Amino acid sequence: MANGKCAVIGDRDSILIFKAVGIEVYPESDGEHANFTMHKLGRAGYAVIYVTESMYPLCAEAIAEFAGEPYPAIIPIPDALGTQGIGLKALKENVEKAVGVDILSNS
Amino acid sequence: MALQYKPTRMELSNLKKRRQVAIRGHKMMKDKRDELVRRFIVYARRNQQLRRETEEKLNKAMQSFVLARAMMSGDEIEEALLYPARSIAIDKSVQNVLSIPVPKLTLETRQEEFVYPYGFSSTGADLDTAVQALAEILPLMLELAEVEKVTSRLADEIEKTRRRVNALEYVMIPQFDEAIHDIQMKLEENERGNTSRLMKTKEMLAKETE
Repeated sequence: MANGKCAVIGDRDSILIFKAVGIEVYPESDGEHANFTMHKLGRAGYAVIYVTESMYPLCAEAIAEFAGEPYPAIIPIPDALGTQGIGLKALKENVEKAVGVDILSNS
Repeated sequence: MALQYKPTRMELSNLKKRRQVAIRGHKMMKDKRDELVRRFIVYARRNQQLRRETEEKLNKAMQSFVLARAMMSGDEIEEALLYPARSIAIDKSVQNVLSIPVPKLTLETRQEEFVYPYGFSSTGADLDTAVQALAEILPLMLELAEVEKVTSRLADEIEKTRRRVNALEYVMIPQFDEAIHDIQMKLEENERGNTSRLMKTKEMLAKETE
């Protein structure tokens, strides 16, 4: 049973390639539209929404809205310019929130 | 805010019961928190490892794609990629981690089935490399999505549980203790007042009969 859908939001040049493997692509260039699209996709029952790292901080509002629900998972991915470490930073914040100290960085 | 109570035996026994419940709740919350943290650490480590791996591989795929874009015209790229050969099939379900609903994702399309969505005549080799690499990362990306969501859900839940544990330990239970102590003191005081009143009455009665 395949009931999960998957989408990528980001700048057109970086994400076009995802189309080749069957992931839906939503090119966005500004934060407001990206937020709107993310809301729309989240409501439409998408399982995973990948967002390019440069777009990720601009979508904070939509990300916060879906944080309390099991779906969709909103995941930052590096774009054509390479990784900025936003994903790892988010993980670090989570660890600090849960454990109190960052226990991963020195292991 | 201090508890409101009347100094009666009934209230005392009610408070004692509530205190018992609070203590039991506190113990359970504490156990829940410890277990959550234990599981969280496992997920967080996996998350870190997956993220590093995925980012590294994705970067390579992206680099090939950038090269491909440089070699081909925008229209050609669009044409090649616009119609995917198949759409990705993901099975999404919800699993429970200590009664927190978290996502479970499984990729249904198998790796061998992968086909290029375009013909080879108008495309460069870099595009093939990029697409092939991306198809290989797909399961990784999906696992990353699942693990990352679980990690963030667990982190939220741990924070909430910790707050509850602290509220019970440092606010609720001390309040109950204080209230129970107060009521006991008041009841004892009443008892003493009663006794002395009785003694006094007895003394007066004895004086009258003399």
